[in-house]
Amino acid sequence: MNVAAPNGEVIRAEGIGKSYGAVVALRDVTMRLGRGEVLGLIGDDGAGKSTLIKILTGFHAPDEGALFIDGEEVKLRSVSHARELGIETVYQDLALIDQLPVYLNMNLNKEAVRRPLPFLDKRKMRAEAKAHLDDMGVRIPSVDTEVGFLSGGQRQAVAIARAVYSDAKVILLDEPLAAMGAKESAIIIDLILELRQRKDVSMILIAHNFAQVIEVCDRVNLLQHGRITYERAVGETSVRELTDLVSAEYRGRGSRSDDASH
Amino acid sequence: MSRSRTGRIGSFLLAKPESTIAIAALVLAAYFALTNDAFLTTANIRIVSQYLIATAILATGQTMLLISGEIDLSMGNVYFMTPFLVFFAMEAGLPLPLAVLVGVLGAGLVGVLNAAITISAGIPSFIVTLAMGFIINGFTLNISDAFPKRAPSTGVASDVFGGAAFSGLAWVLVIVVLMHIVLTKTRWGVYTIAIGGNKTGAREAGVPSTHIRMRNFVVAAMLAGFAGVIEGIRVGSFDPGAGVAGTRVFEAVAAAVIGGTILTGGAGTVIGAFLGALVLAILKDGLVLSGVSSFTFTMVLGVAIIVAMVLNAIAAKARIRSQSVRL
Repeated sequence: MNVAAPNGEVIRAEGIGKSYGAVVALRDVTMRLGRGEVLGLIGDDGAGKSTLIKILTGFHAPDEGALFIDGEEVKLRSVSHARELGIETVYQDLALIDQLPVYLNMNLNKEAVRRPLPFLDKRKMRAEAKAHLDDMGVRIPSVDTEVGFLSGGQRQAVAIARAVYSDAKVILLDEPLAAMGAKESAIIIDLILELRQRKDVSMILIAHNFAQVIEVCDRVNLLQHGRITYERAVGETSVRELTDLVSAEYRGRGSRSDDASH
Repeated sequence: MSRSRTGRIGSFLLAKPESTIAIAALVLAAYFALTNDAFLTTANIRIVSQYLIATAILATGQTMLLISGEIDLSMGNVYFMTPFLVFFAMEAGLPLPLAVLVGVLGAGLVGVLNAAITISAGIPSFIVTLAMGFIINGFTLNISDAFPKRAPSTGVASDVFGGAAFSGLAWVLVIVVLMHIVLTKTRWGVYTIAIGGNKTGAREAGVPSTHIRMRNFVVAAMLAGFAGVIEGIRVGSFDPGAGVAGTRVFEAVAAAVIGGTILTGGAGTVIGAFLGALVLAILKDGLVLSGVSSFTFTMVLGVAIIVAMVLNAIAAKARIRSQSVRL
């Protein structure tokens, strides 16, 4: 079952367990993320994907197990601790400020400031944000456009670009392709592929569309009832197999005659 | 879509939200200047500036709070309380400048309380500052015995703090320019907009939101207290102001809103709030000159706020349209 991670491991989780009262969210989860790798994390709602992500971002502490970053065991104290170690999350709500222009969103909480008077160095931030977005192939009307005026795909792209811009070595993408049209998805998929090619950032992608997972990921992990039940390089699997795996437990539960009537 | 010349002029005017209100102020001033010879005299411009002082300073602080998604309804009461702090500090032997400092710090303390309760208990600032207004009002009536006190009227210091002609206006301009710079050119300003625009997102991005919210509450309260002091020195008496504190607050909110600040947070400008206060001052003065009673003034004020809001809403829609055309 084990597929060797290329170029060493950025993240390794061993025997992670997490319960909320009587509800066991994760049990004995062991996973790893290779340097420059894109790992797809799939599974039904409630399988534990969000819990696992929240443990990796320092939002929750695991009840059991250990977390290794660059081979060293760490206990993440907080989200900002994880961020200091280079783990950035692009949340579903994107944490963008609609009323601020793109370049200020890109620089939020790391604004360039002049000396001696602490005025914003807007010219520098504009130029750097523009260069960075151009470099990543993110197309937006202007870095001066307020984020509220961007399309869903452009917003997502700006949020991902911001994570990369902050020198993240691991980016966790929480369903970046959910509720997006074909054109919007294409923008994000191109961006992820571009980042994958560069190999300087590793990503964990939560997604429900298995064709997209196979297109952008190197490897895929399936979470079911708090356990990782399947791990495979994307070249060795198919949309059909992943679909069957995820939906297998629900098959055959409804009456046959009902199914036939559809 | 081809863009006509009027379209270009239109989008120039729309580029800055404040431009609509600046035009409104000019049109009003032109109207009163044309219909009344007394309007453009030095004496009358001084009266307009006097109407402007308190509202403009209060509106500046209120605008920062509104942009960050908060409001301070206790500002009017802090405005009336602070002169008494100054008065008693002088009774205790402090010279006026130090007494003003004591008063403004006392006002700031109210801001600290407003912020601490709002942030730690998670209660809307609308409720917290509403309650704080009652508390401060009672406190002011107690320490003043509900009687006005004579304001200091001699010396350079009293001239500086509102006594001399146009010194209040000078303070207004200094405060407006300073807070405009804070809002548009510093991290403080960016964070204020970010918190008001997306509180959760700002926190996720690491914005020090507690610190910034605290700062805005304190500055708003200090500005309110300072406005009360210079206005008290200007009219020569410190008044407990029972019953009119609400009017002070709401005129400041009106000025901010007329100037394009939205109550839901994330957008607004200090210059807009200043222009909003200017429109209110011109209206008040022009109506008085035209012989309209002060009873009628509040009716006109109400209508003016609604008209300004409708115009702002139309302008905002047009801005969105012009943005989408560019995309």
